Amino acid sequence: MPKINWFKYSSPQAFYPLIGKMIPWFTVLAVAFTLPGLYFGFFVAPPDYQQGESYRIMFIHVPAAWMSMFIYVVMAGYAGMGLVLNSRLSSMMASALAPTGAMFTFLALWTGALWGKPMWGTWWVWDARLTSELILLFLYIGFLSLQAAIDEPRRAARASAVLALVGVVNIPIIYFSVKWWNTLHQGASITVTKAPTMAASMFTAMILLTFAFWMYTIAVALMRVRCEILERERNSEWVAQAVGRSR
Amino acid sequence: MNRAGSVDFSLWGAFRCIVARDLTLAMRRRADVLTTLFFFVIVVSLFPLGIGPEMATLRIMAPGVVWVAALLASMLSLERMFSADYRDGTLEQMLLTPQPLPVLVLGKVFAHWLVSGLPLVLIAPLLGVQYDLPPEGLLILAVSLLVGTPVLSLIGAIGAGLTLGVRGGGVLVSLLVLPLYIPVLIFGAGGVDAAMSGLGAQAHLSLLGAFLLGALILAPWAAGAALRISME
Repeated sequence: MPKINWFKYSSPQAFYPLIGKMIPWFTVLAVAFTLPGLYFGFFVAPPDYQQGESYRIMFIHVPAAWMSMFIYVVMAGYAGMGLVLNSRLSSMMASALAPTGAMFTFLALWTGALWGKPMWGTWWVWDARLTSELILLFLYIGFLSLQAAIDEPRRAARASAVLALVGVVNIPIIYFSVKWWNTLHQGASITVTKAPTMAASMFTAMILLTFAFWMYTIAVALMRVRCEILERERNSEWVAQAVGRSR
Repeated sequence: MNRAGSVDFSLWGAFRCIVARDLTLAMRRRADVLTTLFFFVIVVSLFPLGIGPEMATLRIMAPGVVWVAALLASMLSLERMFSADYRDGTLEQMLLTPQPLPVLVLGKVFAHWLVSGLPLVLIAPLLGVQYDLPPEGLLILAVSLLVGTPVLSLIGAIGAGLTLGVRGGGVLVSLLVLPLYIPVLIFGAGGVDAAMSGLGAQAHLSLLGAFLLGALILAPWAAGAALRISME
């Protein structure tokens, strides 16, 4: 059996055409998960016995909040990999994930506010989980602005990688905040160890939409990486050929 | 360096050398040190003017106001931690020394805290009196600042290292560092609140102590890595 060279695709030149093929697949998957997810969420799942219809915003809120934390961890992982292995593609992946992560963080906060007004009677409370999610948004913004402030791409990537790794401390705090501090935000209804404490159709909708957001993130991040590769390698022969051909 | 002219190459010697050097430099430019302190005093004094002089309101707000002012004062002084050494090339020489960089960074952070953090701790009880804090509140305020401000200097060193020589560095450092300061603020101000309401501040102070130990271990390494990135 011929040995597969796994490191082949860590070169931007080899990775560029591969992502071109991957993006349509992940886009299709994102749409394929979103449509049934929304259908289950809006038409199949029963209204909640306490919260009525307005709980349905959770089908966006919970996956967005999950993704906001998950993307940060993945981003920090790529950033650390870029720092240790000095691979260009890893740091490109990290910077490509950051805007999507910031968007999901904002979405989680926004939908949470929209849900909080009818349920808690207020748009915002200074509760542990809300505050730490807000800090996460600040961390994303810090990452993005540090990267924007440094002109030299290599230094920008490495400096923001250190910042991303330092900020990882916040993720367990957000995740466990509802357990550690008994505040207004409710505890998790879905855990790995126990059966979900919600109707099966609600659970299905939430999982489908989580996968939808996940696939969307991959598709969008890969698109950004593609632009990034072209921009950083613009003086190389293969970019001239690749761009010249598609013109 | 000792008097005989021979050089002490041990880690402790390097640490002491850096601290002594930075303190000497700070003593030669005393105005810089006092600026941070006066900034702290002025910010704290502004709140009663903006909110009104009702002592009951001020007493409730005092821990938060003093802590936020300490955060801002510590953040403003971060720029001084490495930038002078960066400009005159000393920092480059420090990176080339055989002593491990985290130890040197720790020395610089310690000197920075002595110059810009410790004065805040010492003046804070006086400001607390202006806000009519009870004695136990004053004590816990000083203790929480004593444990908390070194954490601010340690975390700040990472931000200062990352933004060295970056355009708009002063504003950027606040964006990077303030989110990381938030836990210290919560438990620092929370401890004083707890002491004043009779709950006891031990839990908050223990957590602040834990932050300090964690930051002592991790921050010098991260700041050292940041400096190396900024200097390459």
